[in-house]
Amino acid sequence: MDLSTIIELLGSTVRLGTPLLLMCLAGLYSERAGVVDIGLEGKALVAAFFSAAIAYVTGSVILGLLAAIAASLVFSLIHGLASITFRGNQLISGVALNFLASGMTVLIAQTWFGQGGQTPALGDVRYKPITLPFADTLEPVPVLGPVYHDLISGHSILVYVAFLLVPVTWWVLYRTRFGLRLRAVGENPGAVDTAGVSVARLRFTSVLIAGLLCGLAGSYLSTGLQAGFVKEMVAGRGYIALAALIFAKWRPWYALSATMLFGLLQAVALRYQNINLGDGIIIPVQFMNVLPYILTIIILAGFVGAAIPPRASGEPYTKER
Amino acid sequence: MDRMPAWADVVLVPLISVLLAAAISAIAIVLIGENPWEAFKIMVEGALMRSSGWGYTLYYATNFIFTGLAVSVAFHARLFNIGGEGQAVLGSLGVTLACLFIPWPHWTLAIIGSSVAAAAFGALWILIPAYLQAKRGSHIVITTIMFNFIAAALINYLLVNHLRPMGSMEPASAVFPAATHLPSFHDMFSFLGPKMFRGSPANVSFFLAVIASIGVWLLIWHTKLGYAIRSLGFSESGAKYAGISPVKIMIIALLISGGLSGLMGVNATQGEAERLILNSAEGAGFIGIAVALMGRNHPLGVFLASILFGFLYQGGAELAMWTSIPRELIVVIQALVILFTGALDNLVRWPLESLFVALRKKES
Repeated sequence: MDLSTIIELLGSTVRLGTPLLLMCLAGLYSERAGVVDIGLEGKALVAAFFSAAIAYVTGSVILGLLAAIAASLVFSLIHGLASITFRGNQLISGVALNFLASGMTVLIAQTWFGQGGQTPALGDVRYKPITLPFADTLEPVPVLGPVYHDLISGHSILVYVAFLLVPVTWWVLYRTRFGLRLRAVGENPGAVDTAGVSVARLRFTSVLIAGLLCGLAGSYLSTGLQAGFVKEMVAGRGYIALAALIFAKWRPWYALSATMLFGLLQAVALRYQNINLGDGIIIPVQFMNVLPYILTIIILAGFVGAAIPPRASGEPYTKER
Repeated sequence: MDRMPAWADVVLVPLISVLLAAAISAIAIVLIGENPWEAFKIMVEGALMRSSGWGYTLYYATNFIFTGLAVSVAFHARLFNIGGEGQAVLGSLGVTLACLFIPWPHWTLAIIGSSVAAAAFGALWILIPAYLQAKRGSHIVITTIMFNFIAAALINYLLVNHLRPMGSMEPASAVFPAATHLPSFHDMFSFLGPKMFRGSPANVSFFLAVIASIGVWLLIWHTKLGYAIRSLGFSESGAKYAGISPVKIMIIALLISGGLSGLMGVNATQGEAERLILNSAEGAGFIGIAVALMGRNHPLGVFLASILFGFLYQGGAELAMWTSIPRELIVVIQALVILFTGALDNLVRWPLESLFVALRKKES
């Protein structure tokens, strides 16, 4: 395997890992505040559809992005309403929203465009790759040149945003008052309430942040990674992000490594299909595809250090009277 | 004193929730530019006014009864088995292996063998999640979701590499031998008229689903094990105090749940497809969630909700054929039913409770 193959593989890892990272951080905000969100998949799916649809109709990527975020936020509000205001079952709400997204996107796409549940191909109306400064001048430098030019430079804006959000999330969670309260409300909402801080408001804020991030993820999928929306295009990534969140034990930097690991697995599966190890031992592509899930189950089994979720996650908070 | 009479909680709350879901679906149909009333008439016409329509409705309902019972048994232990899809797919694999590799002399024996295999494979597929939940506290929802994906990949691998007959390009197993053919409703009821249920897939497994419903009812409300499952769901510490082992009951309840999901394979794979195909569960594992929530985890409720969803499925297919309304409308309706009956139920319950309290005050 030569350098250019490795760079290509890692570049593909970054592109495939970015939507996972955005959704994983979304789940992190929500679950750290005590609201379990298995509706990441659905939120990213509506976002992907509205991003592509609005970008196609208006010819503007920015309007597409805004539509994606708005759609995802609406889903977040429903999730918040069900799980915070009406103290319903957060898991069931997430499942319902995933189905709603899956049915609704095809329904609207079919009504608007009549192309079997997808949007027309977007052509040029997509996120443009960004060339970082000096990428072209530095290219001839051995090793570092191609790494800088082909791996670090040349991605679309949302990739850089996603990577930047990792330190930002760390800072918000561990260095701000909001972050302290957010973590506290996921561990012991009663204590936060006693301190005179509104539990519902904090939780709604974090659920909406999750919506915003899923909006970015969906928009990137349909308007960056691919050129248009197709049915079920999130393809289980929301669940892989959820797996990565457990893998990362609900911490931002680990979320980066977990999502990039899973991105690498996807990149390898995409590039090599069945992997021949010689002696007739073949790793089938299906195995590579489910490796993230298998790894997560091993982590969950607690054989490699226990993964303990925020204590109050999944529990609706009822104010003491 | 209860805020609301029991009948209102059991009947009124789900009924209003379903009506809300129906109202929003009607609005969606209007937005598509079709007439909801006309759409409803097409659905009734196609699903209920012909015996072959009933044949499809009951076929889908059979699938949903199995997966719905599966979800509800787990719910009684306050566990959310979202892996019905994976367990059903594995159940279909069990059915396939039993039908292909055992030379059954007659279908009556084959259905016994395939049912045992289906239930065993379904239960096997929830064994690891059940163990991890009971022993290690790993959340059953997360693990069963992961197992759904692993199941799909496993079946894909087996069909492409092992079960596909020589020379066939399609990822599907060989067709089952004729002796394993389950009598369809058309075979059974054609004495009523030659066109009875013609061309529809409902088959003898429907009665298996009815037996399973009665079995679950007996299990949950008339056995010691059912009592243990319900007390565990009501209060884990209470159950422990009563000498019930939460670990044991949790695992048993989940194995029963997985087995019920697996049984769906008898209907879908042996009764209808007569070979193993990709995605043999067709999403029925997830409809089980909607059906269990709507049926309030009672087998009779699950049975009725399954018939309703069978009607929606068949009616939805008719809609896609005769109007511009895509089949995905059914997915939207399913989502709304889950949302209103499962997550937003307090949206209906709280106002109803205050209504009943106000009424009572007036009386006294």
